Amino acid sequence: MFSWSRSCLCAGEEKRVGTRTVFVGHRPVSETDAYVEQKFCDNRIISSKYTVWNFLPKNLFEQFRRIANFYFLIIFLVQVIVDTPTSPVTSGLPLFFVITVTAIKQGYEDWLRHRADREVNKSSIFLIENAKQVKKDSEKIKVGDIVEVKADETFPCDLIFLASSNDDGTCYVTTASLDGESNFKTHYAVRDTTVLCTDDAIDSLTATIECEQPQPDLYKFVGRINIYRHNQEPVARSLGPENLLLKGATLKNTKKIYGVAVYTGMETKMALNYQGKSQKRSAVEKSINAFLMVYLCILLSKATVCTTMKYIWQSDPFNDEPWYNQKTEKERKTFKILRMFTDFLSFMVLFNFIIPVSMYVTVEMQKFLGSFFISWDKEMYDEEIREGALVNTSDLNEELGQVEYVFTDKTGTLTENSMRFIECSIDGHKYKDGISEVDGFCHTDGPLKYYGKAEKCREELFLRALCLCHTVQIKEGDTVDGLIVNPERRCTYISSSPDEIALVKGAKKYGFTFLGLENEYMKVKNQKNETEMYQRLHVLNFDPVRRRMSVIVRTSTGKFFLFCKGADSSIFPRVQQDEIQQTKVHVERNAVDGYRTLCVAFKELTQDDYDKIDRQLGEAKMALQDREEKMARIFDDIETDMHLIGATAVEDRLQEHAAETIEALQAAGMKVWVLTGDKMETAKSTCYASRLFQTNTELLELTVKTMGDSERKEDRLHELLLEYHKKLLPDFPKNRGNLKRSWTVSQEYGLIIDGSTLSLILNPSQDSSSSHYRSIFLQICLKCTAVLCCRMAPLQKAQIVRLVKNTKGNPITLSVGDGANDVSMILEAHVGIGIKGKEGRQAARNSDYAVPKFKHLRKLLLAHGHLYYVRIAHLVQYFFYKNLCFILPQFLYQFFCGFSQQPLYDAAYLTMYNICFTSLPILAHSLLEQHISIETLMSEPRLYLKISNNAMLQWKPFLYWTTLGAFEGLVFFFGVYFLFQNSSLEDNGKVFGNWTFGSIVFTILVFTVTLKLALDTRFWTWMNHFVIWGSLAFYVFFSFFWGGIIWPFLKQQRMYFVFAHMVMSLSTWLTIVLLIFISLFPEILLIVFKNVKRKKHQKKLSNRKESDSLSSRPSIRPLLLRTFSDESNVL
Amino acid sequence: CGPPRAVLGSGAGWPAGPGGEAQVRRTAMAAAAQNKPDNTAFTQQRLPAWQPLLSAGTALPLFFCVGLACLALGLGLHFSSATIRERELDYSGGAGGGHNCSSCANASRAGAAGCTCSLHFELAEALPGPVCLYYELSNYYQNHRRYGVSRDDRQLSGDSWGLSNPAKECSPFRTDPQGMPIAPCGAIANSLFNDTFALYHLANGKASPVPLDNRGISWWTDSNIKFSNPELVNGSLPAAFKGTVKPPNWPHAAYLLDAGNPNNTGFINEDFIVWMRTAALPTFRKLYRRVRQGNFSSGLPEGSYRLDITYNYPVLSFQGTKKVIFSTVSWMGGKNPFLGIAYLVFGSACILTGFVMLAVHLRYQQQNQMDVE
Repeated sequence: MFSWSRSCLCAGEEKRVGTRTVFVGHRPVSETDAYVEQKFCDNRIISSKYTVWNFLPKNLFEQFRRIANFYFLIIFLVQVIVDTPTSPVTSGLPLFFVITVTAIKQGYEDWLRHRADREVNKSSIFLIENAKQVKKDSEKIKVGDIVEVKADETFPCDLIFLASSNDDGTCYVTTASLDGESNFKTHYAVRDTTVLCTDDAIDSLTATIECEQPQPDLYKFVGRINIYRHNQEPVARSLGPENLLLKGATLKNTKKIYGVAVYTGMETKMALNYQGKSQKRSAVEKSINAFLMVYLCILLSKATVCTTMKYIWQSDPFNDEPWYNQKTEKERKTFKILRMFTDFLSFMVLFNFIIPVSMYVTVEMQKFLGSFFISWDKEMYDEEIREGALVNTSDLNEELGQVEYVFTDKTGTLTENSMRFIECSIDGHKYKDGISEVDGFCHTDGPLKYYGKAEKCREELFLRALCLCHTVQIKEGDTVDGLIVNPERRCTYISSSPDEIALVKGAKKYGFTFLGLENEYMKVKNQKNETEMYQRLHVLNFDPVRRRMSVIVRTSTGKFFLFCKGADSSIFPRVQQDEIQQTKVHVERNAVDGYRTLCVAFKELTQDDYDKIDRQLGEAKMALQDREEKMARIFDDIETDMHLIGATAVEDRLQEHAAETIEALQAAGMKVWVLTGDKMETAKSTCYASRLFQTNTELLELTVKTMGDSERKEDRLHELLLEYHKKLLPDFPKNRGNLKRSWTVSQEYGLIIDGSTLSLILNPSQDSSSSHYRSIFLQICLKCTAVLCCRMAPLQKAQIVRLVKNTKGNPITLSVGDGANDVSMILEAHVGIGIKGKEGRQAARNSDYAVPKFKHLRKLLLAHGHLYYVRIAHLVQYFFYKNLCFILPQFLYQFFCGFSQQPLYDAAYLTMYNICFTSLPILAHSLLEQHISIETLMSEPRLYLKISNNAMLQWKPFLYWTTLGAFEGLVFFFGVYFLFQNSSLEDNGKVFGNWTFGSIVFTILVFTVTLKLALDTRFWTWMNHFVIWGSLAFYVFFSFFWGGIIWPFLKQQRMYFVFAHMVMSLSTWLTIVLLIFISLFPEILLIVFKNVKRKKHQKKLSNRKESDSLSSRPSIRPLLLRTFSDESNVL
Repeated sequence: CGPPRAVLGSGAGWPAGPGGEAQVRRTAMAAAAQNKPDNTAFTQQRLPAWQPLLSAGTALPLFFCVGLACLALGLGLHFSSATIRERELDYSGGAGGGHNCSSCANASRAGAAGCTCSLHFELAEALPGPVCLYYELSNYYQNHRRYGVSRDDRQLSGDSWGLSNPAKECSPFRTDPQGMPIAPCGAIANSLFNDTFALYHLANGKASPVPLDNRGISWWTDSNIKFSNPELVNGSLPAAFKGTVKPPNWPHAAYLLDAGNPNNTGFINEDFIVWMRTAALPTFRKLYRRVRQGNFSSGLPEGSYRLDITYNYPVLSFQGTKKVIFSTVSWMGGKNPFLGIAYLVFGSACILTGFVMLAVHLRYQQQNQMDVE
């Protein structure tokens, strides 16, 4: 939608390439250069789809692009054009209803969007023009305008930050509405313009900004500002994302700022980001479409049979045109071929009810209304974050019942992502905190248990490093200006990474308190309660490729230090090799215990070194092209030859019930894969703790460790793959299909693979072996109960999901994660679940469903997913069934009315059958039914297996329902047919006509179909009672009413008192009752036999449960420890 | 210090934002989810519910009860159907009919009308009254769509505008070649069954006429509400029909259908109304008269009868047959063996399955007991 508006509104494509030059305040840079007004699109946001004028045609066009709607439109048009047995109203009315409702809904939504757009576009903002504030509508902003934004206002477009009311040229911004992260982010003005903090001053600025053309990545921006001063060479400064204030973000804790608009309107990053997600379609929908094709074939063949039979029958002239029934002029004149064609169409129309419009409406309603039960569920409400589950799409409810593979993130998903500083190791000496941790700012100068002691200065260096090497901010109350004066005041650390907070808090415990950042000086209070000041010169930000971050600071004594912290694998190769031995042991021990470890290193820089680094970084930051790569290269150069000071261990606790949830999911036949960016050891221990790996699981490893030295990697990989393949596959003989999901029997295998090995498998150097490796790898994976993929980059996670998604049988995959790095896999999987965790709202925003905790997955899948699947599967089957037995008698009747397309039922019945008489019971059933109680579903995960592989929508059940429908259709028709061998059915000898025949069939039909649903209902709430008996009563009432009045708008009063006469005949009553019984007889028999079986099964189950509980696993922890201790011997 | 690292971590996998449409719904849902969900039985899917389970134990008595009830009903139905007496007389006059209606059939084929023929028949036992007299046509498609729509209920309801403006569905029997509207229009009316019957009881050498009652053979709602004559002009029905012509196959206009009886002529003629209620199947019977008056109020006694037929209606051209049927009626209507048989069969099927289920049930119970032991 947005892309469409964009291409219409904005300048042509040629302007979009390369860079754009913005003249600040529209001032030419020098008198000599003529200033050319450039054309950029204005600041109007258009998110609406329609205008008043194009709403009707455009909306109709879009609606009729749906195959189903188009089909019904065609049927309607045929009815209008060709002389058909049923009036166009019968199919026109439902179609009109559906189209209107959809149009109203979409129109309303668009009106909301219009309103929101208007609100944004008409909101007033202040521009600085000629040193004066000018109030204007937001939509009037042009690129190059200088905009003033006050505290708590939202930025009206993407601005380059020039100056703020803060002297240091910073401002605080929250991007809650953009990505949901509510922490304040600091943005920086260009150094040279920070002083221009009045209207006059800012107006004197002459500058141009060169920047890239708009692109949607919120966190990438490359630009350069050239500041012209009188008679001086222009000063060029680099601009990065930290200088860019995004539209949609809000200014906080800063009085006002000045900025120059660079991207406006539909070119802002926010607008570029609003592109529709690709539509996910559920497996049920695919089944519906398949069944639809079958029914379409049935429809076509019925029409063909009837047309053929009609012309065979008519070949006898006395059948074609007996004296009592002469053709009209028009009929005589039309060509035979055309007549045959229109006859065919007429039959199509007559039987078209077999594919009902209402099914789509009911399915949509069921999905939409049903999804409320998820968000209403108080068991999925979390007191801590005060939120429940969130449903972003209702199209996938039933898919939750079909999941075969669960891909889960570790940090924040399986674990709580609330970090606790556990211990540290300084120079190979272990420091463990003896005091229980207290949150917040409180001094704990208590004794620490030292296991040996490092030199004092090393200790302090380490703690200073922890205090300095991070991007933590301090938030205190609501005041801003006074940075922390009194450390006892209530204030909290905020950071996007919980690890950093844990580290800073940990350092505080050892006496070093980080007090905040002021004018690029970091204040640290040391153990002696003195405040030390460090000038922060550069921050080498964390990124997942480097897996480390660094800061360069200058001490008050003028020394330059580089502090670096990062994953052991990225630090160890960059420090003096002789230092690492002891620390490595500690790190690995900690990792095995499930802690997240980081290593800390430092390097002292000389003035020359620093100057060089400063220059390099400055150059790289100025680069307009490939800035990222250049920066990365320089970072790499800088972070070498460091000295290791120590390591930290931070505990990330498992979320409550994470282990039980995983166990339940595995018992439900799902395979759980953990995809994490974390270290293998940490991830492995989490997997054990969360019972993903059991103690008897045999682990197969494909990691850097097992790969060995770098030269022979590929050969080794090949060997290992073949070895594992051999190990796994002979275990599973021919009947793979059956065994696929029942794993409990034999030896369980778990696979561990890391990112680099995965990329080796997916992109090996020899091209020929690529697909070979991949298929072997996949076979191994699919044979394992649990797979752990560690050290994964976000894209690799998505790659794994795609790999599994596209295997044979297309298993349904589910991804669950909480962070921005999980978004790619959430979007890739069939169902994406976001955890509303601590790492922002990225995942929740892009997910299909968001839940507060991992444990909620259990109810979401086992209870909600199961129920929704069963409900919708039943809904679909029932709809096809009820329309088959609705239309079959009509088809059979053609054999007795000379194939003349005579409808069996009255038009009102034809129209109302799906809309009124039989729609509500099935809707209520498909919303409320609990064929198995939620408690049982939760406690018996194995029940989930029963519906695996789309079991209720396979051809077998479909055939069953179809047969049932056909049987009942036959019973209805021929029952009444034999009754009408003598049509005098009243006790006074009067006879019934064809409309009574149809009404009897229809009455039996409505009752049978509704009672069949009643038989299927296992959970009778008052609503079920109400709609089931209510529908039947309504049918009877309506029939009396419809037949009780001469309707002036009807041409023929066919039904006049037909129903009343029908119920006066005892024979009819007896027939109706008998035929209902006969129709339901097989169903009742089946239910009874099923129940007998189920009872037996239940008894077995309960027996087994007893024996299970006897031999229930001993608690996991001790076993776990034993395994670890075994393993640590190997290490 | 730039953007936070967790976001930088997203790297190339940067997601696209939501579509506008989804967003509207999302915000609505998010608003709903913000507050703690209501703890009601409905929202938590914990509504009190009846959870019936059709176990073998409950189904068994059900099967036996239903089976027995059906058997009883079936016997009753069968018995009452068997007591209904029927006498069918085929008078279509096809080859080998063995009576003098053949000549009439030939004559009607030639286009002549008003041919009469007689049928003699014996009743071995009396038909208890009231006896209904039906005519039955076969291979006659009253339910043909072209035929079925060819009528104008507005005209038949006596609407004066409708009288002179027949619906277009009536075509080709809408207007005569001169453009005069046909009343009643349409194929159904045009093909009104116009054979007439007179019944004589032959006793003691003399034929005494059996009075045939033509009242109350149509639905009351039809003859009193749905059908009615156009408003009389100067107290005369023929004047009301002025400006219309008779259907082409009719010998005379509608107001002459039963000229002597103003309550049974024109559109409210009961024979006409009965005919206008189109039959469901190609072989159908329609009520013609009842025997319930005079000496015959208690039925037709045994003996020999003569039926005089005015043979007007051609059926041989479409290979149809015509029959006259004398039938008694009971509470279930005319003779219909189907219902009784169906009930008997279904009842026995129920009982049979009941026994099978009992056997299965007992066996499972035994097994269960063994399991327990």
